[in-house]
Amino acid sequence: MSMNVVTFTIDGVEVKSAPDKTILQAADDVGIYIPRLCYLKDLPPGGHCRVCTVKVNGRPVNACTYPVAEGIVVENNTEELHSLRRNIIEMLFVEGNHFCPSCEVAGKCELQALAYRLALLTPQMPYLYAQKELDATHPDVYLDRNRCVLCGRCVRASIYLDKKNVFGFENRGISMRISVNSNDGLKDTNLTKDDKSMSVCPTGCLVVKRQGFTIPVGKRPYDKKPIGSEIETKTVNS
Amino acid sequence: MSTKTAGRKIVINPVTRVEGHGKVTILLDEKGNVQQTRFHIIEFRGFERFVQGRFYWEAPTIVQRLCGICPVSHHLCAAKTTDMIVGAKTLTPTAEKMRRLMHYGQTLQSHALHFFHLCSPDLLFGFDAPVEQRNVIGVIKADPETAKKAVLLRKYGQEIIKATAGKKVHGTGAIPGGINKNLTIEERDIFLKDIDTILQWSIEALELCKKIVKEKLEFFLNFGAFDSNHLSIVRKDGCLDLYDGLLRAKTADGEIIFDMVKPEDYLDYIAEEVRPWSYMKFPFIRSLGKEKGWYRVGPLARINNCDFIDTPLAEKERQELMSLSGGKPINASMAYHWTRMIEMLHSAEKIKDLLNDSDLQGTNLITQGTKQKRGVAWIEAPRGTLFHHYEINDNDQIVLANLIVSTTNNNEPMNQVVNVLAKDYLQGKSEITEGLLNTIEVGIRAYDPCLSCATHALGQMPLHVQVINHKGEVVNELSRK
Ligand code: SF4
Ligand code: SF4
Ligand code: FES
Repeated sequence: MSMNVVTFTIDGVEVKSAPDKTILQAADDVGIYIPRLCYLKDLPPGGHCRVCTVKVNGRPVNACTYPVAEGIVVENNTEELHSLRRNIIEMLFVEGNHFCPSCEVAGKCELQALAYRLALLTPQMPYLYAQKELDATHPDVYLDRNRCVLCGRCVRASIYLDKKNVFGFENRGISMRISVNSNDGLKDTNLTKDDKSMSVCPTGCLVVKRQGFTIPVGKRPYDKKPIGSEIETKTVNS
Repeated sequence: MSTKTAGRKIVINPVTRVEGHGKVTILLDEKGNVQQTRFHIIEFRGFERFVQGRFYWEAPTIVQRLCGICPVSHHLCAAKTTDMIVGAKTLTPTAEKMRRLMHYGQTLQSHALHFFHLCSPDLLFGFDAPVEQRNVIGVIKADPETAKKAVLLRKYGQEIIKATAGKKVHGTGAIPGGINKNLTIEERDIFLKDIDTILQWSIEALELCKKIVKEKLEFFLNFGAFDSNHLSIVRKDGCLDLYDGLLRAKTADGEIIFDMVKPEDYLDYIAEEVRPWSYMKFPFIRSLGKEKGWYRVGPLARINNCDFIDTPLAEKERQELMSLSGGKPINASMAYHWTRMIEMLHSAEKIKDLLNDSDLQGTNLITQGTKQKRGVAWIEAPRGTLFHHYEINDNDQIVLANLIVSTTNNNEPMNQVVNVLAKDYLQGKSEITEGLLNTIEVGIRAYDPCLSCATHALGQMPLHVQVINHKGEVVNELSRK
């Protein structure tokens, strides 16, 4: 066995991977989908959302940050884990103010797509109806905190891809919000609509203005195929 | 609300088989004469707040939440308003025609629903037939063939909505300055295959309606009849146009009050009165004042107001109907049913024309121009003229929204029909009968009100009537489950 390959199993399927990968990356490479929300290829993992939770030798870990190791036994596609993931998605729904039918990212929203994939129909938890701010001050983009899932993708993309520092988090726990690096809203930052950070938001929170609803229903990314299928259709080769 | 007026108060609550809730109060004086009637509409108020702070391009999808009954009309009217905001003065032929197709699909399905599910039970079985029979189930039992056609007519309209808006409800097709899809050849061919049948059934529905009405013409023309002004949009040349045009108002005798009014000037011509006992406002024509300025909207007003219809079958029917009054406006409430069926036929004809128009397969979908801060637009929704007015700030957010919905435009006429019917039927009688309830329901239903965002199982709402004397005591009560 080569030192450059580790072998382990995901749901009983043998997976080979380079040793410097995370479980999630290794799974992606062989066409196994592990649900995720804050992780985005090309960005360092954030480990915020826990949607990617898998069990390694019986212990829950984040697949997006946990490195592969020889012989580990990974559980992914189990009802127990799906139900946990469903709970997380449900909490994100009730903590935010989401109304998908009139939301301009419906059909391409990862939160909505995860809810469909995990068969979350109507949240049973009580809605928080928290007061959240919409920042419309920028001429070309807006930040609607009602739909933010605090995944931090924009924070990381701004730092690592755009070499700017437009976004951050403020407060903790239930009052945690995405914040912008200015005293007077987005208009006073150096953000432009062509920044990489403008294309990473999984929901309808950070959006380019005046482009909504131009893609018809039926043609939007998740209208036909569930989220994750782009990974699952990959040819499996180890 | 207790009344200071000496007299009894009769409450009918709710009105069955109108889409939503309603409550009727009849105030009688000591002699038992009808003193005043009030049609209370428990209706969602606060449309404005729904969109305030939101971006203008979201309006066409958000406003569909306002009404579960005619979301497509709100969708299109909001889109037309945002056309003005993005400075799209003229849409591309594909965009304009796709939207029209959506609108005629909506009108077809809405009028079909109303006629077969809500109104035909009254017409077929008589106003005083038992409620158990006088409902859509009764129609299905009595005439399964007609009932089947009704379902398919409605379905056809809904499929058109889906093909143009993307979904049957909460579609997203119309966007500021245009549309987000065209009609594929495959989609077109599916509709073309059935359009002649749809046309035929629309003719049959109209014939059925006419046959019933003509059998008792005098009765129908007098039932719940009262004079009113009529308001609608018409095309520049006076032709009936359900999707776009300029505002025209006529008196009960057919004299023009105003004509060719542009949407952006609506506030110079229309004002709204608030009355303390009703959630719903009462619009009126400014130049005539609150007392005399109220008007009817909807199919009857549209057919009365237009000079002609540009589809041959519907035009022939219009001429036949208008000959009943020598070309003057018809002021009979029950004529709503007849005119609704003329419009259903017109919509089917229009759909056929559009399906044969290759512009629907065009790919130029969006126009834009110089951005405006204010947008006002209207559309003839199935139930009548619908107004949307938005103003935006520098950040593209809606800061002001004013909507006058069709049912609000018909608010006073619905109060009038209750008044007229109560006077006719209740005069001198102290006992509330099923017949009275039925009569009032039938009268209100002619206006096809959409009373709240809630839809209910048709014909299953309980009805409750109370007679309250001037001391506030319930002296007579009638309920039906
Ligand atoms: S952001 Fe996603 S989940 Fe939230 S309302 Fe929009 S589509 Fe729905
Ligand atoms: S704005 Fe979008 S990308 Fe940024 S934290 Fe919120 S959901 Fe994530
Ligand atoms: S995707 Fe791993 S924690 Fe969010």
